Amino acid sequence: MSEYVIEMCNITKEFPGIIANDNITLQLKKGEIHALLGENGAGKSTLMSVLFGLYQPEKGVIKKDGKEVKIKDPNDANALGIGMVHQHFKLVHNFSVLQNIILGVETTRGGLLKMDDARKKVVALSEQYGLRVDPDALIENITVGMQQRVEILKMLYRDNEILIFDEPTAVLTPQEIDELMKIMRGLAAEGKSILFITHKLNEIKAVADRCTVLRKGKYVGTVNVSDVSKEEMSEMMVGRKVSLNVEKKPAQPSEVVFEVSGLTVVNKEHGKKVVDNVSFQVRRGEIVCIAGIDGNGQSELIQAVTGLIKADGGTVKLKGEDITHASIRHRNTHGMSHIPEDRHKHGLVLDYPLSYNLVLQSYFEPEYCQAGFLKYDKINQYADKLIREYDIRSGQGGNTIARSMSGGNQQKAIVAREIDRDPDLLIAVQPTRGLDVGAIEYIHRQIVAERDRNKAVLLVSLELDEVMNLSDRILVIYEGQIVADLDPSQVTVQELGLYMAGSKREEGK
Amino acid sequence: MKDKRLGNPLQRQGVQNTVAAVIAILIGMLVGLIVLLFTDASRAGEGMLAILTGGLTDLKNMGQVLYYATPLIMTGLSVGFAKKTGLFNIGAPGQYMMGAFAAVYVGVKWTFLPAGLHCIAAVVAACLFGAIWGILPGLLKAWRGINEVITCIMMNYIAMSMSNVLIRSFIYDRAKNQSFRPAETAELPKMGFDKIFVGESGTPSSVNAGIVVAIVLAIVVWVVLEKTKTGYELKACGFNKDAAKYAGISEKRNIVQAMIISGALAGIGGGLNYLAGAGTGIMVSDTLAQQGFDGIAVALLGMSNPIAIIFTGILMAYLTVGGLAMQSFGFVSQVITIITSVIVYFAAFILFFSQIIAKFAKGRGGEQNANAEPGDSGQIPPAQGPTASGEGGEQA
Repeated sequence: MSEYVIEMCNITKEFPGIIANDNITLQLKKGEIHALLGENGAGKSTLMSVLFGLYQPEKGVIKKDGKEVKIKDPNDANALGIGMVHQHFKLVHNFSVLQNIILGVETTRGGLLKMDDARKKVVALSEQYGLRVDPDALIENITVGMQQRVEILKMLYRDNEILIFDEPTAVLTPQEIDELMKIMRGLAAEGKSILFITHKLNEIKAVADRCTVLRKGKYVGTVNVSDVSKEEMSEMMVGRKVSLNVEKKPAQPSEVVFEVSGLTVVNKEHGKKVVDNVSFQVRRGEIVCIAGIDGNGQSELIQAVTGLIKADGGTVKLKGEDITHASIRHRNTHGMSHIPEDRHKHGLVLDYPLSYNLVLQSYFEPEYCQAGFLKYDKINQYADKLIREYDIRSGQGGNTIARSMSGGNQQKAIVAREIDRDPDLLIAVQPTRGLDVGAIEYIHRQIVAERDRNKAVLLVSLELDEVMNLSDRILVIYEGQIVADLDPSQVTVQELGLYMAGSKREEGK
Repeated sequence: MKDKRLGNPLQRQGVQNTVAAVIAILIGMLVGLIVLLFTDASRAGEGMLAILTGGLTDLKNMGQVLYYATPLIMTGLSVGFAKKTGLFNIGAPGQYMMGAFAAVYVGVKWTFLPAGLHCIAAVVAACLFGAIWGILPGLLKAWRGINEVITCIMMNYIAMSMSNVLIRSFIYDRAKNQSFRPAETAELPKMGFDKIFVGESGTPSSVNAGIVVAIVLAIVVWVVLEKTKTGYELKACGFNKDAAKYAGISEKRNIVQAMIISGALAGIGGGLNYLAGAGTGIMVSDTLAQQGFDGIAVALLGMSNPIAIIFTGILMAYLTVGGLAMQSFGFVSQVITIITSVIVYFAAFILFFSQIIAKFAKGRGGEQNANAEPGDSGQIPPAQGPTASGEGGEQA
């Protein structure tokens, strides 16, 4: 009997123009939680897809309990007891929890489903591992955290021994993350072996026994998590020293650039005020952060001030000018930049080349457009300049179709575009969502540099670390209202959490 | 793609699409042959040969191909242009019919105009009426969010009945149950084509300046889409209307603008067809103009690329002429309809074919595109662009 349940030895997987996995070895012990760490594009997902039978490697072997196996498709993987929770869940939304769990492995008698046996097994499993679910609830009605538990139960129901979690915390709230960590530890204690794909160092520290690091498709090393610091792991991952804290000088705010008063947005469907009489100011040379748990009106607030939706009351002033009813183009050309929350929905035309995307709000300016014709030379020159200055990596420079770029580089392109427009006010909504440490560091530095160039910055973030590190002033939003105006140096994370959860409120707010 | 990459030509998108289109055509031909074999196996070979060579047998037939291609290119451009901006203009038949009526009306009634001007006025009238028929679904979509497919279909039937009423009221030739023919001054100039494309018996083909107009307009549409600010905005809306809105582009204005242009192109197609001097007026009948629907096929096969649409339009016309030749072997003309339908059906698979070709090309090695990052696919949504989903819908 081998010490390892699964060994992936010298795996090489090539894609056109790129070696996604270059001679990578990964050994998973029975009952351990093994983290797979790497930046976006390091080859983590490819390696797991090889293990799950979605890709065939060019070189290398996979061993189960010391014996070589061939995994040609996910069914083979399943037969070997390998299960995977994908980053984007694979659930049928109008099916119940129970129906989803048994989907594909239904037990029947005379062509009729035997739901009772399945129900008993699911209930037993959920009790054994502390996975609280309601078997009869419809998927569309339950929280993301519970959907994830359903995915885990699906693996357990199939008696999988090796569980792969692909970036499982990306979609969860802090409380749900804690609970997931607990569940993972419980599973490992019951003898399940877990592969945990992530780029979040805190989580590795919290839960993993060992950690294998990949960088740009290559194997960097495997370490015992307790032996190394977070800084050392991030250095292994990025290949250079990374500062996990944002370095910045104290803010020197000057005059008010942006003023919101009494802003109200009413949801058209249920008629509730999602933004309720919100007033605040942002001055030059400061980063004001709107902190809050997702869904408390941040998105609507930003969409209203940027003109994407109409405000139902109140005024928005930019540099003293009332822009409440101004067009988006007017705002764009009069000093407002906006790094949007959803880079695929609003930030980029994914089927346009990078160069087109970099002039998305300026293509009509005389610099790029003459007598109705676009000046491609100028657009390409400008794109090359931004690509150079902001280190945007893409296969074919400005001609690269945005869709084919990695998420980090897509976001860099947006940041470059918005900052280079030289705004008076930079609005950044979750600018680092889904990005790796290197890219986060870079974007944070750019935002601070913008402040130091005496610009006003309005930041919206759900990550407490980001809020505490980056902001000069914190506005906490709860159910559409600003409930606190805090100085980050005077407030603890715990206290901030209480404001965000609505259990505390500043006087007069 | 701007960069001219070396290596295997099969790795270039344009080449892949062309090869895929050719595969669709070959499958269509194959099915056509099977139908011919079932009908009359002894003459199937001759029939097929007629289809394949009918358009090339003499200069007159070559001219006829261009004559039939003219309206198809125009309606193809109409549908393709709308598609590029994210709209499905199934209203091309209606716009085509209104354009045809307007052109013939001006051609019959405005005889006070001198020769050159008369024909231009008739084409402009066709353009305007087509545009009006396009603007209504555009306005409804922009202001009320009503799906353009539904309004376009309704507009088609309104156009059909309305042009019947208008013809009967103003320009009805009772003897032939069709409209009068446009005056000779309104006919499109022959540009010497009637001297070149002459059959063995000495009869000239009907080809005329219309084909030149269609090709020039195709190039203009290409320039507008690829080189101008308007094209940039229209395509941005087509690809991602949320991002276009974020960029400050008015989506409503774009929809209306796109439908006006699209309608105008189909309208001109109707005008050019009836100003050809081929000796026909507009039939009064309760059917929608086939050329309008064929435009969908032409655009689909040409992947909405205006330049490719010139060629797919000519191809469809070539099949039509070949079909006429085939009938002399005792086959019914519906065989051609079957062939074109099969081609259109498989045209929807062009994307699928090009993927297979791309895969095949990759397997062969050569220079690879380095920007693909299949690693963390979670960051990149599956590549189902508007093309893929749109084409699925068009089959419905």
